[in-house]
Amino acid sequence: MSTPFLSVRDLKVHFSTEDGVVKAVDGLSFDLEKGKTLGIVGESGSGKSVTNMAILGLHDPRNTALDGEILLDGKELVTATEKELEQLRGNKMSMIFQDALASLSPYHTIGAQIGETYRKHTGCSKKEARERAVEMLRRVGIPQPDVRVDDYPHQFSGGMRQRAMIAMALVCDPELLIADEPTTALDVTVQAQIMDLLKDLQQEFGTAIIFITHDLGVIADIADDVLVMYGGRCVERGTKKEVLQTPQHPYTLGLLGSMPSLDGPVDVPLSPIPGSPPSLLNPPSGCRFHPRCAFVDQVAGGRCSSERPALEFVDGRAAACHLTPEQKRELFSDYAAARTH
Amino acid sequence: MFRFLVRRILGAAVILLIISALVFVLFYAAPRDPARIACGKVCTPETLELVKKNLGISDPLPMQYWEWLKGLFVGRDYTSYGHCDAPCLGYSFQSREPVLDTILDRFPTTISLSLGAAVVFLIFGVGTGMLAAVKQGKALDKIASSASLIASSMQIYVVGVFATYLLVDQLHLLDRASYTPFTDNPGKWFSGLLVPWLVLSLIFTANYTRMTRSQMVESLTQDYVRTARAKGLSRRTVFFRFAWRGAMGPIITIFGLDLGVLLGGAIITESTFSLQGLGMLSVKAVGTNDLPILLGVIMVAAAAIIVFNIIVDAVYALIDPRVRLA
Repeated sequence: MSTPFLSVRDLKVHFSTEDGVVKAVDGLSFDLEKGKTLGIVGESGSGKSVTNMAILGLHDPRNTALDGEILLDGKELVTATEKELEQLRGNKMSMIFQDALASLSPYHTIGAQIGETYRKHTGCSKKEARERAVEMLRRVGIPQPDVRVDDYPHQFSGGMRQRAMIAMALVCDPELLIADEPTTALDVTVQAQIMDLLKDLQQEFGTAIIFITHDLGVIADIADDVLVMYGGRCVERGTKKEVLQTPQHPYTLGLLGSMPSLDGPVDVPLSPIPGSPPSLLNPPSGCRFHPRCAFVDQVAGGRCSSERPALEFVDGRAAACHLTPEQKRELFSDYAAARTH
Repeated sequence: MFRFLVRRILGAAVILLIISALVFVLFYAAPRDPARIACGKVCTPETLELVKKNLGISDPLPMQYWEWLKGLFVGRDYTSYGHCDAPCLGYSFQSREPVLDTILDRFPTTISLSLGAAVVFLIFGVGTGMLAAVKQGKALDKIASSASLIASSMQIYVVGVFATYLLVDQLHLLDRASYTPFTDNPGKWFSGLLVPWLVLSLIFTANYTRMTRSQMVESLTQDYVRTARAKGLSRRTVFFRFAWRGAMGPIITIFGLDLGVLLGGAIITESTFSLQGLGMLSVKAVGTNDLPILLGVIMVAAAAIIVFNIIVDAVYALIDPRVRLA
């Protein structure tokens, strides 16, 4: 088996705060191949964004401890120097953020911001960088790119800003693109346009994409594989179809249950997951989901609160849960049945 | 830009008009004999008579104000002292001089003092603050932060006396504070003002250090700064091309106000070093109840603040493209 394009192994990101150590990511592993999209889902504070900031090396080194392995095309990023990371950022790997207005500099024109990345990594002239910026804006579907290139971000609409953000991230043809909730702040039609744009660009360039979201609908649209995070750990991983249709973890099941379905009966109430996300300063013992889990009594000996479930592979699927496959089949189908009747 | 300037200058004129009216009413409508007040503490009966006649005390208040206002544009005739050319800010019956002449005589001292100090505190304050923000949490930051906290709690009259004693009297490093017009002798102008500049700018430097540091630290947490880092730009580039622009806005705003206030007279500094600027002039005018002078100084001070506000807004628009001047 060849090494995957991006390989994350046992990644730990711990922040030291005044109140103690926050284990924002606590032993996360996943792989991503070129041309594929990995969707990372989870609640706020589940460690989605922190993971990706760690991949780019954008965490604050003064209070962050990074451990584990991040291999990008064979290059170790955890131990890479700041200079090496600067060469990679915006070039081989880049990132688009949720709030494009806040994420673009209000003081520089769109063209300058796009061209700046290109100049930094290619060393070309200002003129070439500007031409490249116009070309990128055209590619992401900005009308009159040769005029709009000199606009400031506040002169763009929300959707156009996100397009400009994407143009900026893609200006050096990166091999890895991390999209951190890029469509969350946009209305649904613009959201669909942005997703289509990302898909087209991926097909054209074979970019590997990590798509962070808490919207399972978006995952269903764009992802090949799905990784579900809870409390800084991966609770379930598999292909999109597997995870969305036959979830193997109570948390995933809960996520699906809290989402309205367009093809199911309309009068079925949503069933939100009770409780609130765990404190990462003082996380629950054993399985971090156990205080909110509906099936905690089904596991004998209180193992859910005493023993951390390993991420076990069953039929090519990975889930971290103490329930046996038989139990899951039974309990989860009952749960699904209860929802549709 | 042109429309902005026209609008703001018109606005400034209205504000100055209102201020002058208020001050005028306060002084002349006060339940004391305005002539006595205008005449001052050392007032002979002859002078009092003269003042009464010249002030047109028997006229109704709006009429008196109108006379004063008219004097600004067309000059004014005082029966006993002759003509006061436009712009006439009034006439001091104590110094027996048109107010404007007195103010123009004192203004260069204040301008030299404030602008010089402003250059010092802007360079050192903003510079140290930036440095502290870069070295956030490191030794340099801690030293700068504590030093500026101590310095900002100092008082000019304490530091001023101490600095004079140490640097001038004991160590003979610097010259005693004095004012020589720049046009007379630039070297003496500089050496005479150096101690006042340093003392006056000390507290400002401390405050600007603290303000710059906190603005920079906040600016560095902005999303667009993170984006710039995600593009592969170095810390240095991000700092100087992105973060400082976000930090400069508030600093420039405060700077404009500070400079405006200073130009109205740095009262304590001028008193401490016996520099005959607008500050000392107003202190003396208060002491001797020389109201025409006081009114004049207030108008100049108000104008200075307003002018610097306009400049600040214009500069703000240069820094931040989201600000449109209209």
